[in-house]
Amino acid sequence: MPRTLVDKLWDQHAILTREDGETLIWIDRHFVHEGSHHAFAKLKSRGARVARPDLTFGVADHYVPTRGRAGPIPDEGVRRMVEQLTENTGLHGVHLFGLDDPRQGIVHVVGPEQGLTLPGLTVVCGDSHTSTHGAFGALAFGIGASEVAHVLTTQTLWQRKPKRMRISVEGPLTPGVGAKDIALTWIARLGADGAQGHAIEYAGSAVRALSMEGRLTLCNLSIEGGGRCGMVAPDETTLAYLRGRPYAPAGEAFERAAGDWLALAGDADAAFDREVSFRGDEIAPTVTWGTNPGDALPIDAAVPDPERIADPGRAAHARDALAYMDLRPGQPLTGIRIDRVFIGSCTNARIEDLRAAAAVLAGRTARVPGLVSPGSSLVKRQAEEEGLDRIFVEAGLDWVESGCSMCVGMNGDLLKPGERSASTTNRNFKGRQGPGSRTHLMSPAMAAAAAVAGHLADARPMLAGRL
Amino acid sequence: MEPLRRLDRAVACPLPLANVDTDQIIPARFMKQPRQAGYGGFLLHDLRFGPDGAALGLSLDDPARAGAGVLVARRNFGGGSSREAAVYALVDFGVRCVVAPSFGDIFASNAVNNGLLPAVVSEADAERLIAALEGGLDRLSVDLEACRIEGLPEPVSFSVDPVWRTKLLNGWDDLDLTLSHADAIRAWAEADAERRRWARPSSSC
Ligand code: SF4
Repeated sequence: MPRTLVDKLWDQHAILTREDGETLIWIDRHFVHEGSHHAFAKLKSRGARVARPDLTFGVADHYVPTRGRAGPIPDEGVRRMVEQLTENTGLHGVHLFGLDDPRQGIVHVVGPEQGLTLPGLTVVCGDSHTSTHGAFGALAFGIGASEVAHVLTTQTLWQRKPKRMRISVEGPLTPGVGAKDIALTWIARLGADGAQGHAIEYAGSAVRALSMEGRLTLCNLSIEGGGRCGMVAPDETTLAYLRGRPYAPAGEAFERAAGDWLALAGDADAAFDREVSFRGDEIAPTVTWGTNPGDALPIDAAVPDPERIADPGRAAHARDALAYMDLRPGQPLTGIRIDRVFIGSCTNARIEDLRAAAAVLAGRTARVPGLVSPGSSLVKRQAEEEGLDRIFVEAGLDWVESGCSMCVGMNGDLLKPGERSASTTNRNFKGRQGPGSRTHLMSPAMAAAAAVAGHLADARPMLAGRL
Repeated sequence: MEPLRRLDRAVACPLPLANVDTDQIIPARFMKQPRQAGYGGFLLHDLRFGPDGAALGLSLDDPARAGAGVLVARRNFGGGSSREAAVYALVDFGVRCVVAPSFGDIFASNAVNNGLLPAVVSEADAERLIAALEGGLDRLSVDLEACRIEGLPEPVSFSVDPVWRTKLLNGWDDLDLTLSHADAIRAWAEADAERRRWARPSSSC
């Protein structure tokens, strides 16, 4: 029977399948972070040990400060979270990319960057954006604390096979449009729960043409459309990215592995449970107006009018979202003034993202304050070597250390109540960037354009002649 | 885990919202706490309380509905972050069943791992239940063996993954079950190490 990419990944990891259809699957990579303390507490209460510390990696990211790293962490609760991770990983012999490690960064940036994430692996982490790692053709998904404890103890997980869904984007994207716009466009069309129960495979010529950074952004946002995982079949772009990565196989071993990886691509006649397709040229720079990532529209559109939404549930949601976001129906999106900009997160803080934001900001001044937090300390160093940090600083933005920062605000980088941000993150949920915060999601170029304009703006004219 | 068979005339609350994401179920700032002290006070914190700490009048805080065991919400309950703390907040508050037309995938499996039933009903039934609860009904019974919610003139049937149902009915913990397969896991892992030599992190680091 012809098989898709996810079928092949599944078959390669199934240890046994019960009569009721639950399959015990093997986990190749498990990432833990400060938030994994509940799972370590469970281990402790059972007197259990980490079964495979060699396949488990710790990363300090969710709570780490983005300034003043040299000194002790001032907030006691935050400091405790970081210390706890150091203790727990140390106790179980798990390698930690800690605060003082030059390779520290956001888990979904560090894994790929270090070559820990490879095609054909199962990758899990107690974080829903683990879907990111699927960009390599890995089966990667977020899990809860009970499941984290289960993986720590057994290196396996009980799972039900997801349904297969293919999202294809055919034909070239227009200049100034990228992976973030593809993602927001499909989520807006299908809804924030549109892909529930499905493993998404991204395909089509526009996806093939994306760099690894772009594919990581696209797969990252799978969860925002309800899909637990997203993936792209490995190809030459994947291999080129992985060659020479520290934890990836090297030399002849790499070439042998590459053969296995390329064979993971789905069979041409394999069937999907669901197919959705887009044309590359129908995707515009897209921003969100509401309180979930499905509330997204092209930048030249206007805020929707709840009275004109037929479905009563959706109309009620739109009314509630507009009240929270303090927006008027029919107001042009480009007129929405912002207070702050945030360029960062596991969605859009890789080197290519920073280059795109810098292309807009070079020689310009931001009208609002903002933070630029690179996805990892290595991305930070590379950006500095390329001189991008100077562009951000000269534009008036703060260039800070790497971490989750204002994506979730656990480290204290927060908006004030009522403040509105243009943000390259993944969730515009109520209160996500702080109680009462209002978040508009967009690409790095669009966030930079909003910083320059002081309101949501189309980045394309600002990018003219600069791409 | 405590088995869940039937919730008899449990206090029920309407939560007439769609897309109640896990950031709303428990805002991130509370997640630094160890579990011991209980997470119930954080449940839906910013929907329930204003910046000054005053209650905003959600039915959860209606004294007449104190001790709610069942919540009825609109679609996509628990989407977003994988934080199991969202389930801890519900369970520690006393909730044993959330009824909604759909759930975030990760939330639902976290729920089952903590003995909380994610009961899926049709959109129409969710609306009927919400309307009745808003109209003064304050108790519902949930029968997991029959997959039925009682309290309206006609019972409402719900669905739940059969594997999850068995787990909830018996209060089973995955871990014990998995450890009973330890030999199979070990044999599989040994064979796999030969099959996929590249799957281990390179030791050059
Ligand atoms: S950057 Fe945001 S979404 Fe990504 S791992 Fe950190 S908190 Fe989660």
